[in-house]
Amino acid sequence: MTAVDIEIGHRPDLTGALLGDTDPAAQGGYRDHPPRMGFFTDTSVCIGCKACEVACKEWNAIPADNTVGLTGMSMDNTQGLGADTWRHVAFIEQRKPVAAQDPGVLHEGIDVLALAPNGSGTPPEQAGITPTTPGAAGDFRWLMASDVCKHCTHAACLDVCPTGSLFRTEFGTVVVQEDICNGCGYCIPACPYGVIDQRKDDGRAWKCTLCYDRLSVGQEPACAKACPTNSIQFGPLDELRERADERLAQLHEAGVDDARLYGRDPDDGVGGDGAFFLLLDEPEVYGLPPDPVVTTRDVASMWKHVGAAALTLIGGALAAFAVGGRDR
Amino acid sequence: MSSSEVTTDGLTGVRPDRAARTGVTTGKRGRRRNGPGRDRRGDGAPTVPDAEFTSYYGLPVINAPVWAAPDIAGYLFLGGLAGAASLLGAGGQATGRPALGRVSKVGAFGAAVLSLVGLVHDLGRPSRFLHMLRVFKVTSPMSVGSWLLAGYVPLAGIAAASSVTGRIPRIGIGATAGAALLGPAVASYTAALVSDTAVPAWHDGYPEMPFVFVGSAATAAGGLGLLGAPLAQTGPARAMAVFGIGAELAAFERMERRIGMVAEPYSQGRAGAYVKTGKALSVLGLVGAFLGRRNRAVSAASGVALLAASAATRWGIFHAGLQSANDPKYTVVPQRERLRYRSSPGNDVTPPTDPPPLRVGHPS
Repeated sequence: MTAVDIEIGHRPDLTGALLGDTDPAAQGGYRDHPPRMGFFTDTSVCIGCKACEVACKEWNAIPADNTVGLTGMSMDNTQGLGADTWRHVAFIEQRKPVAAQDPGVLHEGIDVLALAPNGSGTPPEQAGITPTTPGAAGDFRWLMASDVCKHCTHAACLDVCPTGSLFRTEFGTVVVQEDICNGCGYCIPACPYGVIDQRKDDGRAWKCTLCYDRLSVGQEPACAKACPTNSIQFGPLDELRERADERLAQLHEAGVDDARLYGRDPDDGVGGDGAFFLLLDEPEVYGLPPDPVVTTRDVASMWKHVGAAALTLIGGALAAFAVGGRDR
Repeated sequence: MSSSEVTTDGLTGVRPDRAARTGVTTGKRGRRRNGPGRDRRGDGAPTVPDAEFTSYYGLPVINAPVWAAPDIAGYLFLGGLAGAASLLGAGGQATGRPALGRVSKVGAFGAAVLSLVGLVHDLGRPSRFLHMLRVFKVTSPMSVGSWLLAGYVPLAGIAAASSVTGRIPRIGIGATAGAALLGPAVASYTAALVSDTAVPAWHDGYPEMPFVFVGSAATAAGGLGLLGAPLAQTGPARAMAVFGIGAELAAFERMERRIGMVAEPYSQGRAGAYVKTGKALSVLGLVGAFLGRRNRAVSAASGVALLAASAATRWGIFHAGLQSANDPKYTVVPQRERLRYRSSPGNDVTPPTDPPPLRVGHPS
């Protein structure tokens, strides 16, 4: 592991500290740092296998969720990100057409008994059914998407943490120091994505570290390593953004007009996500906020209003004694 | 046992209620209409368009606060009470109302200590409460508040002790002044504490919330004075309560009007019940305070009502936050509206430095 060049007390240029496009690691005080690393999750190739969920749990030694059972709502029994779920595969069933995703299970008109004499040697072009010749596209599709901490450029969880437990790494990611966290819970409602949460029997807040331990020794995060379809892509954020733009253009060309990038824009409400997505529907369909804004964007205005209110209280008290004096 | 059978003609005897229905719980637009009586601005302009939104199986988008009601809602109440009571304490001392001063100072210290107990108790790791003082961050109202309390509580303690025992009078005066200086900050910063989150009902109300909070704090402190001080010295406490209720109601009303549909939780469910109770108790306490000007018992009872009013309001605000966090509607609909507003021709992209002009509705 290489030494990290961070100067304690070094005051970085705070322009853009609360909003807009910026280099978060430099804002965090790192002088020379590796490129910002992140995830590009291309949900158009996600098959919902949940290998990422399992790999994440195993590598990070995350305990089992408190609630084990079936939700009955879909094949998603994890439901969402939390203290014990750092990768979550969303599963959506829709009455919307999509080409080449129809399972084609209703093979009416195929006489299997007539096909039987051919044995297993039927050439594919003569076969009635093969795994790669689906039936006609129906009006039904599945969407699957692996959600994760976004490692925001302007991270509300980090901004509001009163202990300094949450910190910015040299890779531009956001990590909780569990030996510091005192479980105040402030980061939990601060996150606009509902990522971080409190582990009940432990009391502290937990979330994805983007496998800080693996990154530090040049390894890719466990979820990306385990992903069999390369839906989860890991790398320097600049490269991922380029790759995502290419993929989006490719999909649009193929007629998948629904495809869109989410969290890629550095000028959005959180200054862009370190982990961003290619989605096939509106973000809220996947349980993602359509236009998240880091709450601390308004913090200066909040303090101004607090100051004005405090002065109002002093004024009210002075007036109370002025008026109340006549009352005696 | 299943009664269905697979035959050459397909499935027979399938129970219709067991058939999988796709797209029922998600990917479908949930439609919620506002009745004709929802025009809250009263200017005839449509305030809230039909709240049509999509969500992931109705699950919340954000994670709701894990804070417990007695701890944190209680802290909002007690912190306000302490901060405003410190002003009454200093005023009582300065204007020759020693009993009012004493009651307020002791009440302020007691409330502050109780609130600290609540805060530490609410931590996931209470033994690490001192980690709050590892850093100082202006982006974290909890950090600012921790340092504020670290300065305020000892001052309030010295002021109360000196006032009760009559010893160290000079230090007592200094501590009283110090507590009165920090008190308003203690009473108001908690508004930034709740607003600096992604909880829609809390965040969107950030400009008015501090005024609601100091109003509620003044109501509580006035109630404490009415409860504890002899009649001859309750004048300022009564006036403080009038100021508090006025400020709180005005700011609350303004906030609810401005934030539109995100304000719904303040008048619905558990939160709505608390808020309504708070308003009723405020009126009751106010009437009692004036009718009981010459009656110690009535005056004290009205003081209790005012304290309860402040607490009910804080509990209501607390629960409104939880309700707005747990319903994806309050996260998705305003954000969708914002996107729609920004993308409609003729509208500039909202400058990132400006507070959101209108989170919901048609900006005029």
